Amino acid sequence: MDTATFLVQCLNAVQYGLLLFLVASGLTLIFGIMGVINLAHGSFYMLGAYLAFALAPWFGDWFVTRLVAGVLLAAIFGYLLEWAFFSFLYERDHLQQVLLTYALILVFEEMRSILVGNDVHGVPAPSWLAGGFRLGGLMEYPWYRVFASAACLVVALALYAVVNRTRLGMMIRAGASNRDMVRGLGVDIRRLYRIVFAGGVALAALAGMIAAPLSSVYPGMGSSVLIICFVVVVIGGIGSITGALIASLLVGFVDTFGKVFFAEWSGVGVYVLMAIVLVWRPEGLMKRGF
Amino acid sequence: MQSTRFAHSALAGLIVASASLGALAQSASGPIKIGLMLPYSGTYAALGNAIENGFKLYVQEQGGKLGGREVQYFKVDDESEPSKATDNVNKLIKRDNVDVLVGTVHSGVALAMAKAARDNNTLLVIPNAGADAITGPMCSANIVRSSFSNWQPGYAMGVVAGQKGVKRAMTITWNYAAGAESTKGFTEGLEKNGGKVIKDLNLPFPNVEFQALLTEIAAQKPDAVYAFFAGGGAVKFVKDYAAAGLNKTIPLYGPGFLTDGTLEAQGASAQNMLTTLHYADNLDTPKNNAFRKSYALAYKAQPDVYAVQGYDAAQILANGLKAVGGDLAKRDQLAAAMRKTPVDSPRGKFTLSAAGNPVQDIYLREVKGNNNEFRSVAVKALADPARGCKP
Amino acid sequence: MASEGAGNVEVAAGAGDARADVGALPDIGRREAGGWLVPAAAALAIAALPLVLSPYGQDVVVRIAIYAIFALSLELLVGATGLVSLGHAAFLGIGAYATVLASGDNGASLALLVPLAMGAAAAYAIVVGALSLRTRGVYFIMVTLAFAQMAYFVVHDTKAGGGSDGIFLYVKPVLAVGTTTLLDLGQRLPFYYAVLAALVATYAFIALLLGSRFGHALAGIRVNEQRMRATGFSTTPYKLAAFTVAGALAGLAGLLLAVKDGAVNPELLSWHESGAVLLMLIFGGIGSLRGAVLGAICFTLLKELFQSEALLGPLASHWQLTLGLTIIAFVAALPRGLIGLGARVRGVMAGRAARQAVRGSP
Repeated sequence: MDTATFLVQCLNAVQYGLLLFLVASGLTLIFGIMGVINLAHGSFYMLGAYLAFALAPWFGDWFVTRLVAGVLLAAIFGYLLEWAFFSFLYERDHLQQVLLTYALILVFEEMRSILVGNDVHGVPAPSWLAGGFRLGGLMEYPWYRVFASAACLVVALALYAVVNRTRLGMMIRAGASNRDMVRGLGVDIRRLYRIVFAGGVALAALAGMIAAPLSSVYPGMGSSVLIICFVVVVIGGIGSITGALIASLLVGFVDTFGKVFFAEWSGVGVYVLMAIVLVWRPEGLMKRGF
Repeated sequence: MQSTRFAHSALAGLIVASASLGALAQSASGPIKIGLMLPYSGTYAALGNAIENGFKLYVQEQGGKLGGREVQYFKVDDESEPSKATDNVNKLIKRDNVDVLVGTVHSGVALAMAKAARDNNTLLVIPNAGADAITGPMCSANIVRSSFSNWQPGYAMGVVAGQKGVKRAMTITWNYAAGAESTKGFTEGLEKNGGKVIKDLNLPFPNVEFQALLTEIAAQKPDAVYAFFAGGGAVKFVKDYAAAGLNKTIPLYGPGFLTDGTLEAQGASAQNMLTTLHYADNLDTPKNNAFRKSYALAYKAQPDVYAVQGYDAAQILANGLKAVGGDLAKRDQLAAAMRKTPVDSPRGKFTLSAAGNPVQDIYLREVKGNNNEFRSVAVKALADPARGCKP
Repeated sequence: MASEGAGNVEVAAGAGDARADVGALPDIGRREAGGWLVPAAAALAIAALPLVLSPYGQDVVVRIAIYAIFALSLELLVGATGLVSLGHAAFLGIGAYATVLASGDNGASLALLVPLAMGAAAAYAIVVGALSLRTRGVYFIMVTLAFAQMAYFVVHDTKAGGGSDGIFLYVKPVLAVGTTTLLDLGQRLPFYYAVLAALVATYAFIALLLGSRFGHALAGIRVNEQRMRATGFSTTPYKLAAFTVAGALAGLAGLLLAVKDGAVNPELLSWHESGAVLLMLIFGGIGSLRGAVLGAICFTLLKELFQSEALLGPLASHWQLTLGLTIIAFVAALPRGLIGLGARVRGVMAGRAARQAVRGSP
């Protein structure tokens, strides 16, 4: 493999990893702060993608505006969902959480089928991001993919800033280490949870919106991303955003280069990686923390 | 236990006797029970509906009767799930006692149906699933296909590519039977016409992260690429291929499934692509024009290749029933007649091979706007080699 | 459920209630109404069913019975030891695939296939268990899911595994001594009774296991693992053993499923299958062997009901919605399942006896 190809494959790996990070960060936040295992997280990713498709005719080329609008809608949806459904899950044991969120996936899939149908839809990238740049005479690398990676990086930095530099972030970190103490200090833990949950949903939906022009919009897109996200969270450590970032990039590389070198076994590669991490560090690469 | 077993055997004997009496009575009169096992939900729901519409259109054109007998339909949604296939087909065979099975779209499910049809000696007409094995090692006198085998469009495309001067080609598909069979057909067709496939790329089904493999294609610089994908994967691949700028230098070929039903989503990225299939929407023949008109009238939608396959499935069954005067008990004659009678299809006339697969013209089509337009006949009267079929 | 690791949020809040949920249930197999009589009577009833059922009906019963074995195997993990595994379908699938792959073109003897299927599943269970049991709580759930996915990808993607369409079983296994065939699983009735026998044997085996010292150790781990370890008891070998035995029994169910369907498919290992068997447990009631069987019956019939066009008309195609909503309603309202309902109806006696059992255990 020559240098140019290698560099391009690295770009591919990073772009895939960063998108994964966006979804996984939401999942790890919800896990880490509220201790709720949520199998329906993939459905939020799908929600974002379908939002991108639905909002496209209204916003045209105003892509960033479309993203913002979608994120807001998703956050509102997440807020309401937490209030109506997830808030009842905190007292329940893990098995019930698993089953209730599994049932939620079934409901979401069917609602999607009823509301939007089962067709595959393409979502065009905005025209100001169309085309690509030549990479060493090899092929064109699409601008949109560069934008996707950049957007994910921006969100990652914003997430870091919010969690580590704001009061809200401080409450989140405190609530993660000791819920009762925080409640005792007069913080409205319920409202905090609702905000965190809405944030998690918004992150997953944003990932879906960014991914829509790349992967197109189709039924079942949520399930494929969900399991990989679980692996990312296990490798990175529950509740750790930095861990999720490192793990996502690792997964991105294993997946991309695995496809090139080990075609048949590439699907297994990610799980072998997880097994290795588990042997070495059962709690994930980064212990609880941000 | 002894007395229970005796009572059981007596009861069983009575049941069997009455059932066979009933069956005998049924086989000559009364409605024909047709079991439709198609995807009515999930990604392939539209295809399932198109097939059923085509089938019923033909029956309607015959006045609602096949071989002089009324038709009674039983439907099961196979959800395109091979894991549930055996249970689903048993519902039709054992619970509903259908005379004929019709289905399905997904090859994995169809293989299970073929096995069940062989085990239970039930008639099976397959209106889509292209698994080579069905008219290969699993072939049987009571199994007939009205569609194609995965090998056929691939082979035709290989022939076309070879004739266009392609010397080095790469193939890319999902790692599943349909993909493997299609690319094998392409490889054969190409090698017979002076080219060769330098590398086969594949990725796990239904993964759609193509970037790594597109980079590999760019690095190898072949003369052409043959891709087999369907549905969402087809949309994404064609778009990604164009986004990487590869469509400007390396022509992309594929079977019709790469561009059937996906053109609206693919848009500009699919324009001028050449594909091969046993049907083209704008085939200008009296039969096709009439078919398209009555379909549009009956269902307020345009027919596609799946509707044609459903229509022809009914036709093949009708041919057999006509030959035996509607008497299902004359099974061997019925099955033979279904095989031997030529079919006057909207795709053109075709016959059936000894293994039960259509021997048909494969057309070369080009994408223009939102249509796959007919350009020429790629290969005339192409028969699937039916490897492994011991009739 | 399982005791939580250091620094995990649940220790402070939800876990206490979760543990009470499991610990307060009656000892499995012991204090349920009717003792051994009820399961025995049920077995006899099932044995008599072929007299009145059509071949299709017998097919349905066999399918339910196989899933009951699968559910019972998971009950050993979830109900008895308190380990929630979201990857149990992997062992079902491995047992099934081992059966089909070993049968090849000419079939194989049951004497080879049973130990092979159960052994292959047990082997994978030991490896997965050893790695997964390094984690706790939510991690454990996710890790078991991930390992099941790994097995799924091996059979789904590789040539060795047969690919996404699965593999067919061309010759069903027989049990033969010399030239006399003792048991031919290709025949409908012998297969029916073989499956029933396997179900009865599994039920009896687990019940006896849980009544033994080993079972008591598992109960102790379920109720309060930290306390067990504080007294110097090494809990991991016991958990690993339970995990492996559960895997082996799931492998047996897999063998029977492969024989029944005549085919195997990667979807057998999917997390939807793992989710379905957990649903069976919760429908029937965690912590009860009868509940596991009841749950298998209930879930299968419920799914058939929701998919039945004859009964529900156009709503049948939206079965995912009806099933999903039903699950939510059921889990929310009846977390103890159908058995729990029965216990509630029987009144306070069951609860009082159970609380005494918890207080009395070491």
